[in-house]
Amino acid sequence: MKYIDEFRNRELAGKLKQSIEKEVVAGQQYNLMEFCGGHTHAIFRYGVQDLMPENVKFIHGPGCPVCVLPIGRIDNVIQLVQQEDVILCTYGDMMRVPASNRMSLLKLKAKGGDIRMVYSTQDALKIARDNPEREVVFFAIGFETTTPPTAVAIKTAHAEDLQNFSVFCNHVLTPAAIQSILESPEVRNMGSVRIDGFFGPSHVSSIIGSLPYEFFAEEFQKPVVIAGFEPLDVMQSALMLIRQINTGRHQVENEYSRVVSREGNLKAQSLVAEVMELRRSFEWRGLGMVPYSALKIKQAYDHFDAEQRFNMPTISASDVKSCECPQILRGAKKPTDCKLFGTVCTPENPMGSCMVSSEGACAAYWTYGRFRQQQHT
Amino acid sequence: MTAKKQNRFPVGLPIRKGIVDMTHGSGGRAMAQLIEELFFKHFDNEMLNQANDQASFNVTTGRMVMSTDGHVISPLFFPGGDIGSLSVHGTINDVAMSGAKPLYLAAGFILEEGFPLADLEKIVISMAAAAKDAGVAIITGDTKVVEKGSGDGVFITTTGIGTVAEGIHISGDLAQPGDAILVSGTLGDHGVAIMSSRENLQFETTIESDSAALHTLIADMLVAAPAIHCLRDPTRGGLATALNELAQQSAVGMRLDEDSIPINPAVNAACELLGLDPLYVANEGKLICICAPGDTNSLLAVMRQHPLGRQAAIIGEVTEDQHGFVQMDTSFGGSRIVDWLAGEQLPRIC
Repeated sequence: MKYIDEFRNRELAGKLKQSIEKEVVAGQQYNLMEFCGGHTHAIFRYGVQDLMPENVKFIHGPGCPVCVLPIGRIDNVIQLVQQEDVILCTYGDMMRVPASNRMSLLKLKAKGGDIRMVYSTQDALKIARDNPEREVVFFAIGFETTTPPTAVAIKTAHAEDLQNFSVFCNHVLTPAAIQSILESPEVRNMGSVRIDGFFGPSHVSSIIGSLPYEFFAEEFQKPVVIAGFEPLDVMQSALMLIRQINTGRHQVENEYSRVVSREGNLKAQSLVAEVMELRRSFEWRGLGMVPYSALKIKQAYDHFDAEQRFNMPTISASDVKSCECPQILRGAKKPTDCKLFGTVCTPENPMGSCMVSSEGACAAYWTYGRFRQQQHT
Repeated sequence: MTAKKQNRFPVGLPIRKGIVDMTHGSGGRAMAQLIEELFFKHFDNEMLNQANDQASFNVTTGRMVMSTDGHVISPLFFPGGDIGSLSVHGTINDVAMSGAKPLYLAAGFILEEGFPLADLEKIVISMAAAAKDAGVAIITGDTKVVEKGSGDGVFITTTGIGTVAEGIHISGDLAQPGDAILVSGTLGDHGVAIMSSRENLQFETTIESDSAALHTLIADMLVAAPAIHCLRDPTRGGLATALNELAQQSAVGMRLDEDSIPINPAVNAACELLGLDPLYVANEGKLICICAPGDTNSLLAVMRQHPLGRQAAIIGEVTEDQHGFVQMDTSFGGSRIVDWLAGEQLPRIC
């Protein structure tokens, strides 16, 4: 595959491995957090950790949209399907996420709930057009990358006067979450978690640019390198982070310059700004309430806002007891620190959200990294 | 068709424009006509034509094997095949993976009210052709009709039996540390061909399903190396799932080399686009073979001479591992575990 295989090249990986080995200072620990699940996935799928020196550690962050959605929001859509007889359109990842009372969208579908897996917002619009007598709700989740398509769908529905279409908006914002992690007591007080640098998101940054990270690189004095999702991107970015750490710098650098600019995609940004606005606060699984960390649909488009249309209540639900997803999402614990990991919680029977999506830290650990644990015991 | 039968049904089955209705499963005249003018006509063999509720044949001495497989694929027609040919290949392969020579098939149809007879005929013709090519007759069957909305066009269950020659003992629990792992060709073609023909996934490829009956390839392999340890066709869940099953059955581990696993570049590209891992994508005309290291070269040679094994390759070896992990040295230079498939990558692919 042209333009992809180049970024998975073994010889270049070998050369980068040598450069990183030369760069690291013996005896110093480098804790690098990859915010995005895409990076977590690449690290495990290609075995990037094997090519890193012992003292460079990846800490898996909360950047998996499925994982950070609080249970209450899933309870919301389950109630909606049960009470309002709507067609719920959702990305496939959400189907197996456990909600309260051991429910999930998959189980609800098996019980007769009309839940359709879609690949894009366009599919959801089509379902709405094809079923004018039914209410069709799109379960919108994701970071800045999936937000513009949702905005387009709302604008399209508005232009077509599609009366039976609405969106349950759960779009969240990356910079606010990174800031929340950096402000958490575990990180701030240099207690249980030390994070020396960040891999910045790749797809998210293609939309928002590298500019939004400049504030907290300065404020928290941590280097950020925006990294592509291919394994060579991750290694090159690790090298750039290590160099910054060694020279005491804390800048925003852009490894993924083939896609990401400083300003980002202005057209997409203005599209989102036209349809959505900041929420004062939004609950994240693992991080709790994070101020100005999510988007809601603007008043002018509130006809397409499922929360308004169906008067959806705020539900606060708690995680399964002893599930460590919250700590894992903050990087405060490793998946293997959780008592449930691999015992009652597996990808087949997920108790917490980190075990559901292939981008979740627990699922990635289980799927790709489990043998390392076994080898060490 | 005899003159007598034509008198029985003065008006022929309206194949071109007709549809399946509830009477086609009622046991009455309409059902008899469907069976006669569609199934008997195309499957056409002595045992079936006797029109008994069972087929009758003599059994040989020695070991027989039997396997059954339900087919619910969507869409029914896809690049490289359809539910008809798939239902023949799938069961022949399940029988043949024991090293058996497949002899006969039985076929059960569940038809949905409203299904076009023209499509049913296409499927039946395709089944008949697949069975004829494979030299395995469909000798008994069953037809049921369910109300509209209770099925999805047509579901086909096929059952096959076969005989295993003396001295052949192939089983999933016979893999030994040190054994070689071979595959007969490129992986993931079937799954990607199905995905590309789903209407809600708008992308086009030239990839065709690899659906094929593998028993003649296996027969050639057994001549070269009668002591093959394991054979398995990596259907649902793909190579990864089949290897994990074998590792568990044999209580061994496996170590694969990513560079040597044959994957069609177009399949790789489609998987990249859809976020799938080709190791987990289904195949319908490929096999995994595990054999003693001494048999590897002769097996590989004979596989590559067969049209269905041209791209056969050695992809790894069996290791000693109490945890039964399947691991892979990645092309990138690291290593990863190749785990069981969790959930499903794509429903209704076979």
